Amino acid sequence: MDVRELVIQAIYLASSVLFILGLKSLSHPDRARLGMQQAAMGMALAIVGTLFHHEIVRFDFIALALVLGTVVGYPLGMFVPMTAMPQRIAISHMFGALAATLVGVAEYRINEVGLPRSTMAALGFEVLFGALTVTGSFMAFGKLQEFITGRPVTYKGQNAVNITLFGVAIAMFLYLIYRPQTSVVFYAMIGLALLLGVFMVLPIGGADMPVVVSLLNSYAGLASSATGFAIQNNVLIICGALDGASGFLLSILMSKAMNRSFGNVLFGAFGSPPALAAGAQAKDLTVHSVSAEDAAMRMAYAGTVIVVPGYGMAVAQAQHVVRELADLLEKRGVTVKYAIHPVAGRMPGHMNVLLAEANVPYDRLYDMEQINSEFPQADVALVIGANDVVNPAARSDPSSPIYGMPILDVDKAKGAIVLKRSMNPGFAGIENQLFYAPNTSMLFGDAKSSLTRLVSEVKAL
Amino acid sequence: MTSIIELYVFVLAAFVGYQVITRVPPLLHTPLMSATNAISAISLVGSLVLAGANHDTVSNWLGFIAVLSATINVVGGFLITDRMLKMFRREPKPVPGKALEKKTGGAG
Repeated sequence: MDVRELVIQAIYLASSVLFILGLKSLSHPDRARLGMQQAAMGMALAIVGTLFHHEIVRFDFIALALVLGTVVGYPLGMFVPMTAMPQRIAISHMFGALAATLVGVAEYRINEVGLPRSTMAALGFEVLFGALTVTGSFMAFGKLQEFITGRPVTYKGQNAVNITLFGVAIAMFLYLIYRPQTSVVFYAMIGLALLLGVFMVLPIGGADMPVVVSLLNSYAGLASSATGFAIQNNVLIICGALDGASGFLLSILMSKAMNRSFGNVLFGAFGSPPALAAGAQAKDLTVHSVSAEDAAMRMAYAGTVIVVPGYGMAVAQAQHVVRELADLLEKRGVTVKYAIHPVAGRMPGHMNVLLAEANVPYDRLYDMEQINSEFPQADVALVIGANDVVNPAARSDPSSPIYGMPILDVDKAKGAIVLKRSMNPGFAGIENQLFYAPNTSMLFGDAKSSLTRLVSEVKAL
Repeated sequence: MTSIIELYVFVLAAFVGYQVITRVPPLLHTPLMSATNAISAISLVGSLVLAGANHDTVSNWLGFIAVLSATINVVGGFLITDRMLKMFRREPKPVPGKALEKKTGGAG
């Protein structure tokens, strides 16, 4: 190992430490920003260090790519609105996986003859999961951006088709380890993996997106890590492992928050059929609607109001009006708290980011476990565009598709006011008994305009 | 032998990652995602070598696209993480004099 190589390795080691410290700093919001800035320094160090690599002889491609990447990346970092964060994250998984896949393809082309089996195993894994993540993330992006339907797209025998395709891809992978030089199989496997990514995400509905986005995060990480194995680079292995572990952990947390297994999310495509049955049953129940004036009155004279935001708040971009309403209520002496369900919205932490954007102090945001015991003492639970995460059927109705899912106990509050566009069932297509409960009042309309009306009514009091 | 050492590195890193990330509160799960995404764009170190080495033009182009994609994630990822983390604020502490007033009021 010459001096240059030694210096580069030392830089990589330093960057790895900075990355781990950066992630560690995320355990507390006060320290997080500084920690991540240090991690960014680590990244800059690693990039500069790599430029001294002895194999690098020309800088034209590098310079152009770095400049172009910065030009595209800057607006993606600075100007994408917080409400678009789920699709922003989904598309970044695509970029990460694309980079890993292309490095894998190039490595294969260069070393096609006489590739050792261990390297082939790493390369195969890299391009298989990389390619699958590229199209899978693009599909997730499309669904979140809504140029592909957010509803599950299903057909008969879908799971059989997907499992067969996956089996074939794995068989190709194993064959490649046995005979690394069969390039036809290598490229066919990539094609199949690209197709699989599309098929895998097609049947997944909008409400299941938090799990899928986390899972794709994990795959992108694992593909990067496999790149590290293939080109024998430890910093890549480490960072890929960190990313993989993080995505994996988040997927587990999200699945748990929906009381479903991975398999069920990926192959379960929660259906519309049960919704029809429940819909019929709900017909003879009555809904109590309320005027903005009455709703405002009830909140203004309440002791405690718990705000329960959901995807509807994100769609209506209502987080700023929520904050305005909360400010007015607090001025009148009302205690306002926010209850955040882990899978509210379309990605882990979606609601927290939106409310933080609207300047809600983070010590007002409560996790499900922290806040559930407080609902019985709350005078009003204000549900803004949340549906499945407050559906009491999850506790009481074993026939419901979401039975067993932990929910926010909004039905236990003294009263609930639900802001909702119409009586259409939510994304999962399940009827919600909460909306028919005697102490629930419905305020129909777009969340933002309803909240604006509430604000002006509270002001008028 | 080298691949065994790499396996050690992977397993230990995954373990450290799991331990560190378990302690990230749900509050910061979105920044966590964008942060890990930016960090895993370290795949740049592989693609830079590819784009700058003298293999053949196809490899250079593959490297070019890989560097481009990874750079988008580095620049965009760290910026957006910072932008999000900047928003997470504690409730402003009450002015000291005022708090004192309250306290004495309670005692009396």
